[in-house]
Parts: sequence; C-alpha cells; structure tokens
Amino acid sequence: MDYAAVVILEILYMISFIALVSAGLAVVFGMMRVINLAHGEFVMLGGYTTLACQRAGIDLWFSMLVIAPIVVGLVGLIVERLVIRFLYGRMIDTMLATWGLSLLLIGIVTLIFGSSAVNVPTPIPGYQLGAYQMGGYNLFIIGVTIALYIGMWLVLRYTRLGLIARGAMQSADVASSLGYNPRTVYMVTFTIGAALSGFAGGVLAPLTGLLPASGGGYIAQSFIAVITGGSGAVISGTLTSSVLFGTISQIVSFASGPVLGDIVMLALAIVLLRLMPTGISGRFLRNSQ
Amino acid sequence: MSEAVVETIELTKRFGGVTAVDRVNFRLGERELRCLIGPNGAGKSTFFKCLTGQYPLDHGSGRILIRGNDVGGLRPHHIVRMGVGIKTQVPSVMNGLTVMENLWLAARRTHGWHRCGSEVQRVVEEVGLGEIARRTVGELAHGQRQMVEIGIVLAQEPWLVLLDEPAAGITGAEVERLVNLIRQINRTASVIVVDHDMEFVRMLGADITVFYQGAVLTEGHVDDVLADARVREVYIGNRA
Amino acid sequence: MKVWPSIGQMRWGWFLLGAAIILVWPAFFDTHTPTILLVWALFALSLGLMWGYAGLLSFGHTAYFGLGAYVYAIAVVNIGESTVPLLLAILIPAIVAAIIGAMMFYGRISDVYMGVITLVVSLILFKFMSATAGDKYAIGDARLGGFNGIPGFPVLNVPGLPDVSLFGVPMYYVAAVALLGCYLICRWILARSFGRVLVGIRENEGRCELLGYSVPAYKTAIFSISAAMAGLAGCLFANWAEIVTPSVFSLRSAAEVIIWVIVGGLGTLVGPILGAIVLGMLKLLLSEQTVIDNSLILGFILVVVVLAIPRGVVPALQYWFGRRARIRTQRSAHTRARRRVAAPVRPS
Repeated sequence: MDYAAVVILEILYMISFIALVSAGLAVVFGMMRVINLAHGEFVMLGGYTTLACQRAGIDLWFSMLVIAPIVVGLVGLIVERLVIRFLYGRMIDTMLATWGLSLLLIGIVTLIFGSSAVNVPTPIPGYQLGAYQMGGYNLFIIGVTIALYIGMWLVLRYTRLGLIARGAMQSADVASSLGYNPRTVYMVTFTIGAALSGFAGGVLAPLTGLLPASGGGYIAQSFIAVITGGSGAVISGTLTSSVLFGTISQIVSFASGPVLGDIVMLALAIVLLRLMPTGISGRFLRNSQ
Repeated sequence: MSEAVVETIELTKRFGGVTAVDRVNFRLGERELRCLIGPNGAGKSTFFKCLTGQYPLDHGSGRILIRGNDVGGLRPHHIVRMGVGIKTQVPSVMNGLTVMENLWLAARRTHGWHRCGSEVQRVVEEVGLGEIARRTVGELAHGQRQMVEIGIVLAQEPWLVLLDEPAAGITGAEVERLVNLIRQINRTASVIVVDHDMEFVRMLGADITVFYQGAVLTEGHVDDVLADARVREVYIGNRA
Repeated sequence: MKVWPSIGQMRWGWFLLGAAIILVWPAFFDTHTPTILLVWALFALSLGLMWGYAGLLSFGHTAYFGLGAYVYAIAVVNIGESTVPLLLAILIPAIVAAIIGAMMFYGRISDVYMGVITLVVSLILFKFMSATAGDKYAIGDARLGGFNGIPGFPVLNVPGLPDVSLFGVPMYYVAAVALLGCYLICRWILARSFGRVLVGIRENEGRCELLGYSVPAYKTAIFSISAAMAGLAGCLFANWAEIVTPSVFSLRSAAEVIIWVIVGGLGTLVGPILGAIVLGMLKLLLSEQTVIDNSLILGFILVVVVLAIPRGVVPALQYWFGRRARIRTQRSAHTRARRRVAAPVRPS
C-alpha cells in the first residue's frame, strides 16, 4: 500500500518535473514557432541565480521564486534583441544560433562558477511514508507546477495579454490586426518564456544540483514534451505529453532502472512524431489552449 | 472511338463537409487541347490536383484513368513517370539553380545522361530562353519564370500535359508566344489547361469544359460555350 | 551540359596540391595531431555532403560517428583481425541511417522535426552507452563499460596480416587516404545525375516530386551514404584515441561538427574540410589553457556565423572573388562589344 503511494507520488513528481521545465519552451515554441535550443541553459541559469543569491545571504524562497525568473527573463530579453529577432522565419538558423548560445552560456557560467557540481540546500525536510523516506520538496514541486499551469491558463483565458497571445498563436497577422506590433509581441513572449525557464531552474535547483552542463539534461525532456505536444495548444498539449511521458518513463524506471526509462521516453517520442507530425495538439486538441 | 487519354468516372472530392468536386465524368481524347474554366471555387483546381495526384483520392469516390490505367492512389511522381508533364498553379521552380539546370533536371527523368545536354539546348531555343539560360531562376521576373516552367514541361517530352494557370502574370507579346507554345506542345501531346483568363482561353481557341459548383456545367467549343446564356450568367454573375 | 555551375566541378590542380601537402607532411612534422584533424575533416565532409547539397541537416550526426567507433571496437575485440570490423563500422551506421531516414523521409516530416529526431537518436545512444557499466552489458567478448567505454582494443592492421598494426605515421596515411578517397567519392556523386537531383531537391522538393523523382528515396540514400562516411571517421577516431567512450555521442560533439561545417561553408566540399581542420586546431589549442572555456568560443563563433555569414566562410569568399571576376569579364566583354560595333560591317 505504501509502495503504491510512493509509486504514484513519484509519477506525479516526474510529470510535474517535465511540465515545469517545458513551460518556457512551450510558450516560445507555441507562440513564435521558435525552437530554443538554449532553453536548457536558461533553466540552468535560473539555478545558478538562486545559488548566487543564496550565497549572498538572500532568502532562498525569494531568490528562487522572484529573482531567478527576473534575471533569466532579462537574459532572454537581451538574447531576443541581439540574436533571435534577426532570425524570425528561419527555423533551422534559429535552432543553430540558439545552440551556439547554449554553448556560450555554458562557457560563461563555467568561467564564473567553475565546472564542478554545486548544491543548493533543500528548504523542506523529508518525511516518512510507511517504510519509505520521501523528499518533502517533491510535494512542493508538484504544487508549484499545478499552480503555474492554472496561472498560465487563467492568463491566456481571461486577460488582455492572453488575448493578444492567443491571437499571435494563430498568426502574426492577427496580432497586427488587434493593433499590436508582432515584433513587440514576440519580444515580450520570448522574455516571458525565458522567465518561466528561470523560474523552473530556480525551483528545481535544490533537488537536482547544479553543473554548467546540466542544461543538456533538461533540453531532451522539455524538447520532446513540447514538440510532441505540438504548437496548436500550448498548455493542454504540453500537459498531455508531460503526463504521457512522465507516467511511462517512471513506470519503466521502476521496472528496470532510470536509464531505460529515459530511453523508452525518447524512443516513444520518435514514434509519436512519425505518427503525428503536427504533434498531439495538432491532432486531438485543436480547439483548446 | 479511340481510347481516352484521361477519363474520370464519377470523380468526387470532399473536404470535410464541402464537396469541391461532385461526380465529374470527364474525357480527354488523343491530341486534344482542353481548357477548364469556371468562376473561383468552381472546383477546377481541385479537379486538376486530383488528376496530378496532389490530392489523394478517397476510397469509393470515383476513378481516374490515364490511358486506361487507374491512377487513384498514386503519388505525383508515379503519375509523372507515366509520361505526364505538370505545371502547378503557384510557380514552382528550383530557385537557386540556373535555367539550364532546371531544364536539365526535367530532361534527365526521360532521357539518358548523354542526350540531356542537347535536349536542354532544344528547349532553350523553342521557348526562347537563350538570353536568360545561364541566369539563376530566382532572379527572374514572374513572367520569365512561367516560361521556364513551360520549358520544364517541354523538356520532359510528355504525352499528356497538365497546366494550371499558365498565363498568370504573363503580359503582352509573351501571351502570344505562350499560346503558340501550347499549340506546339499539343502537336505531340494531349493538353489540359486550367485558366480563368477568358481572353487567353479564347486565343487558344480550343474546346472548353465549364465547371460550376464542383460539377461540369457544359462542354463544347469555346465560341459556342461563351455564347451559352448559362455560362454567361455564372461567370458574369460571379464577377459582378 | 557537362558542368553545373551551381554544383561546381572538380578542380584537379587544387586537389593535387592539397593531396601533396597532406601526403608529404609526415616527412617534416609530427603526425599525431594532424591525424585527428584529418579524421574530423572526414566527419565534417560527411555532414557537409548531405547538409550543403541535399539541404538535410542532421542535428545528431555524432550518432553515426559514434556507432562507427563502437562497432569497430566491439567487432575487433571479438574478431581480432581488423578488416571485417572496419567494413562493419561503415556498413552498420549506413544501415541504421537508412532505417531512420526511411522512417523520416517516407513519413514526410519537416526539416525541423528531422532535426529533433536526429538529435534524439544521438541522445538515446549517449544515455544507453553511458548506462552499460557492468558485466551484464557485453557483446561477445567486448564489455561496453558504461561511462568508461571500451579501452585497449587492437588497432587497424594491414588486411590479412593481423600482426602488422597501423599506428603512428601509417595511421596518418590511412586517415589521409580515407579523406581524399571520400572527397573523390563526394565529387563523383555530385557529378552524377544523383547529385544534381539532390541539389534540385534542396532547392524545391515539391517540384522534383512533380518532375517524377522519388524524393524520399533520394534523401534516404544520401543520408545513408553520409552516415557511412561518418562511421568510417568514427572508426578511425577509435583507432587514434585507442578508446571509445559515450562522449562520442555527446551533445557537445554533435554541435562541434555542425559548427565546423557551417563555418567552413554550405554547398562546398572543401569548406567543411577546412572548417574542421582550422576549428579543430583551435579546439586543441584552447584545451591547453584553462582561462577561457572552450564552449564559450565555439558558441560565440556559431552565433556570429549564423547571424553574419549564414552560408559560411568559403562560399562568402567564392562569391566575393566570383563577383570581382564577373565584373572583370563583363568589362572586357563590354569593350569587345564596343570594338565590334566600331569595326566596319562587312557584307556577308
């Protein structure tokens, strides 16, 4: 019985993990059709921002929930102005440039923080579930992810910003016809996407530990979650694929080790892409957000 | 009656709830030149794309026979390989390559390696592309690109030619040359031309098939058809 | 029409000059570093062929490079003599690429998804190979060794003579011959109809389909050929390093080869080769110091090249020289024409 609870909690955590690290990429891909290969490094930067603030004596919660998204959002803004805006409509070139950017960011972080692994302390203690020791912080991650997605849904559904965003998702023309410069919309979108990635990085830092190259670990999962989710419906598509991949990978992990879980998840992504080249949302969720 | 080059039997194409082509029976004979006309949305372009295989045929929605072979379910390149030359509505050429390279790729499908050079030369002369033969196609004006496309079709030496809006973007003296080229193609091949430019269709002086609301409204020689009151009504009524 | 200006042609003079430099090099200098540069050049050439001419970008071309390395190591540990392992290191990546390519191209997925799928394939291999520590994971006598990889396998030998190993200068010559040979094969492919159709597909897939070419078949074929060359490069790399680790599949190496090719130039064969040699040298120099991280420079180069010269250095230079040459010939043609007009018209 306890074991079943542990399994379910672990699955929920995995789903939240994927959904959390994918949120920023999903926003950017869904609204701009830009595949940001530096996404993993944005997440990593969020983690290091939290680390730096915590070392400077700033409250850990404030660092991860407020400062990390703001700092990474600003990085995103700079990147958009300096690089991305010249490449709209050239998807492959964007992928290449953001890949270059990811290497660049890894290099910079290595210069500042060194290349060895560092840890951020976990602010919530573990607890006992029957015979199993569980991380209390995992529960916090699950809660944060649920709150984040509800927040995103509310913003998209009920605010003016959401209206513009939904317009821009259809096509850039809709945004212009609403009276907004699509370029400005893109700039804001990319900044928000980066901020979401920074948020994910900050929140996850106590769990995962930090390495300059740790972005590579996020990019695979978020990438396939977002791409298989499809660009038709940012929130429901990404959530659906997070649930799918999180559940399957965790079940396989329990059965035969975490690496096989990852491999099965990646292989499944390839098969899904082959079957549904427009993603899950392109096929099943056409009319949701 | 000789074997038809193209024959469609009860051809139907639906998109969701819209029936774009509705049980069309169509027949094109050997060396025949036929224009398909009709107002916007009449289904002529959809019909064309069914013939070329660009729109796959749904099961049980009629048949398309080319020289007696059922081509339903074949992909475009299979249809082309039978000896069919296709020019699509939107100019579609290899923009980064020169005119001669474009023609070479077209000729190579039907000819051996060694004959391609002379074939390209022949087409360049026939279509009058001499001055632009070594230019990159992407640099050319719209009308010139249309002529390159006609050249591409010629280089394939097809026995059936399907042209979608060949006269779009072509003006003045070029129209006359285009008409002559199509007539020349017609000497060795059956030709279907989709166009809504009445002037151009009249210059071709061929039989026409009028599409209206997905079905064939009437067929006959251009002069008779244009005198038909129904045709005038759908055409002019729609234009106004 | 023998020559296609859009593809360019074999320039034997330059080729012989390059070949001569490569072949006499060992008489004067050390060969250890140049060997690996030639191997990297071959790897870059394999990607440059499919990306530059067929317009297909494999984001995870390291998958086939790494497969070549692993297949060689595993096979040679089991067999002992190196001829069959070498052939397998070419063949197996080609077959794997043909299967993956057919799946992608006959499924008609877009180039962006092709990027995603190729990248994911190399990630899968990376994760799998990293997790193969322990006796459980062994193929025949070869233990895969997880993150530590497979060390100490026999290096290439003269075919038929297992005792005569090729290392040091002979190994350099093997790499040189492989590179020059593959260059000639690429040139040969591009001079055939096959290569011309590939360029046509790069320019306009749909039109090539409507000309009667089976686009997926062409794409699958070039993907497989390119993977075979990458596999050969991987096998040579394994022989040079004398160890194979999962890092051959890493994201970092996947990015590196793309950077070599795009900096050198798309749509040329010499561009990727030069790109790999110059940037490979830079990489080795940078790894000798610890002040500036290697990634920083690489990333910076990639961003700048994509923004400023998206087709690469060699094509940019060619364009520049070509335009100067064209202006010169236009000028002389102009003067000739004027002279002709000035000359008295003879009755014919």
